[in-house]
Amino acid sequence: MSAETGLQAWLSARVESWRTLPPKLSALERSRNHTAAEALHAIELYRALGRDLSIARRILPSSRITRALEHSYAKLHALIYRKPHDWRARMRTLFRDEIPAVVSELRVAIFWVSLLFVFSAGAGWWLVATYPELISLLASEDMINNVERGKLWTEDMLNVAPSSVISVEILSNNITVSLLAFCVGVFFGLGTFYIVATNGLMLGALFAFTHQHGMAGELLKFVTAHGVVELSVICLAAAAGVMLGESLIRPTHPTRRESFQHAASKTSKLLLLCALLLIGCGFIEGYLSPDPYFPMWSRFVVGFGYGIVMVGALTGHLFGRSRPRRQADVSL
Amino acid sequence: MTAPQITLQSVTGVDVEFRIAGAGSRSYAFIIDLHIRFILALAWFVVGTMIYAGRFALDAFSEPTGSTYVWWVGLPAVVTYFLYHPILEIAMRGSTPGKRMAGVRIVTRTGDIPGAGALLLRNIFRLIDSQPMVYLVGLITVLLTAQHVRIGDLAAGTLLIVDRDDSERSFARLTPANTRLSPQAADLIHELLERWNDLDNETRADIARSLILRVDKSASAEQLAQLSAHDLQTQLMKLLNPEATA
Repeated sequence: MSAETGLQAWLSARVESWRTLPPKLSALERSRNHTAAEALHAIELYRALGRDLSIARRILPSSRITRALEHSYAKLHALIYRKPHDWRARMRTLFRDEIPAVVSELRVAIFWVSLLFVFSAGAGWWLVATYPELISLLASEDMINNVERGKLWTEDMLNVAPSSVISVEILSNNITVSLLAFCVGVFFGLGTFYIVATNGLMLGALFAFTHQHGMAGELLKFVTAHGVVELSVICLAAAAGVMLGESLIRPTHPTRRESFQHAASKTSKLLLLCALLLIGCGFIEGYLSPDPYFPMWSRFVVGFGYGIVMVGALTGHLFGRSRPRRQADVSL
Repeated sequence: MTAPQITLQSVTGVDVEFRIAGAGSRSYAFIIDLHIRFILALAWFVVGTMIYAGRFALDAFSEPTGSTYVWWVGLPAVVTYFLYHPILEIAMRGSTPGKRMAGVRIVTRTGDIPGAGALLLRNIFRLIDSQPMVYLVGLITVLLTAQHVRIGDLAAGTLLIVDRDDSERSFARLTPANTRLSPQAADLIHELLERWNDLDNETRADIARSLILRVDKSASAEQLAQLSAHDLQTQLMKLLNPEATA
């Protein structure tokens, strides 16, 4: 038998099995719960395909058949090595163990970012208290006119749009700001510092401006219910952004790219919790904060209560994380 | 200059190389997706508004307001437009309709299918990549980086690879009807016949003549020179499957 004939015989023997590959792979891809027999069959198919591919590469290099076999082989590889599909267990691990671990690692960054926010707010207050005309740089003309007429800009919120619309607008805006505070950390952390500082500056300036017109109490009443968590979440996202910047300044891996990727994938887990907390804030800010019928004590209870929920979520206790046992207990 | 590649390493020792997609394939896929999500969001908005107003007329758009309208019409349209990429990339394991049409797919740096976390992270960084307009930051990083990645890909550890799935067609055309024909020659003939209409008359006739001369020992150059392009095409089909064309 000549080499050509042998080759033809081999192709003829394999061709039927290759023709059934695409539907087989599609069926494997669609199904999530395979039986043991199906899994074993897939592994056997993977081995056979590997053998066929190595022969095809020798005898039919750069041919379409070889490319098609490569494609099928890569697809089957991805199917066999894909992670087990268990969203519930994945979420439980994420919220109970992984996010608290990230928060613990970010403690120092959270502290400094919060301090920056407080200092910026103080600076904003001082600037507007000393040079009142500067408020025009930090607040819109409508806001300034309203306050000068003795009316807080938040008073008409419910007349302009329904609470649901306000909530959706607010929560999407807050989530965008938090994600942006994280993402701009890529500019060696400077972008994050800028976002935290400008937010702090604006808050302090607005309080100083409303204080000059005797309305700081009203503004505080508006902010109390949602502000505690909202501002904390922005600081948390910013701390994650700072870690991104730090990963580029002081790489923890052989290359800056690897270091950045590692920091991004680790800290981004926290953003999921931040987004969920901001959804809650959006609803509070849309339904409760602008409604004058809610007294200050109820706003305080909501703000403080939601703050406790946030701390519980950040430490993992809300999701069933138990305190680590002390050394003495373990040794017993 | 050779296109950058990544290698999928497997335990069987048979590795597969993927070609990394460049700025052109990326932009092409993005533009297709942009149109799809815009049309989907607009279609939902138009149909939803008309259903909400209770009549299929243009003046239906002047009336609707209120929270029910926002929840059932406005919000789904916005979600469709803005969350199209993360939702479909997760559901389609690193692909979208636009990417599929452009023949590209997202993989990890090891060539595997990326997880939901990596895909979400990749999309979060669109906030930076899309700045200041028309994805300028993303486009510049794609052009400047060796593996043609945007900042979102750097953060998520993902790459965009060329992935054109024509395996079904390639396997289907393995017709062992003519047992005297070598697989290499059969592959070449198939390829020429597939591209027949894309080539100009002279080029396809020249290639067809040289192929027939190589495969069919009974054919002579003088004889083939007298055949038209259509006759040459018939001859090639006959070589592939003598019984079908007989």
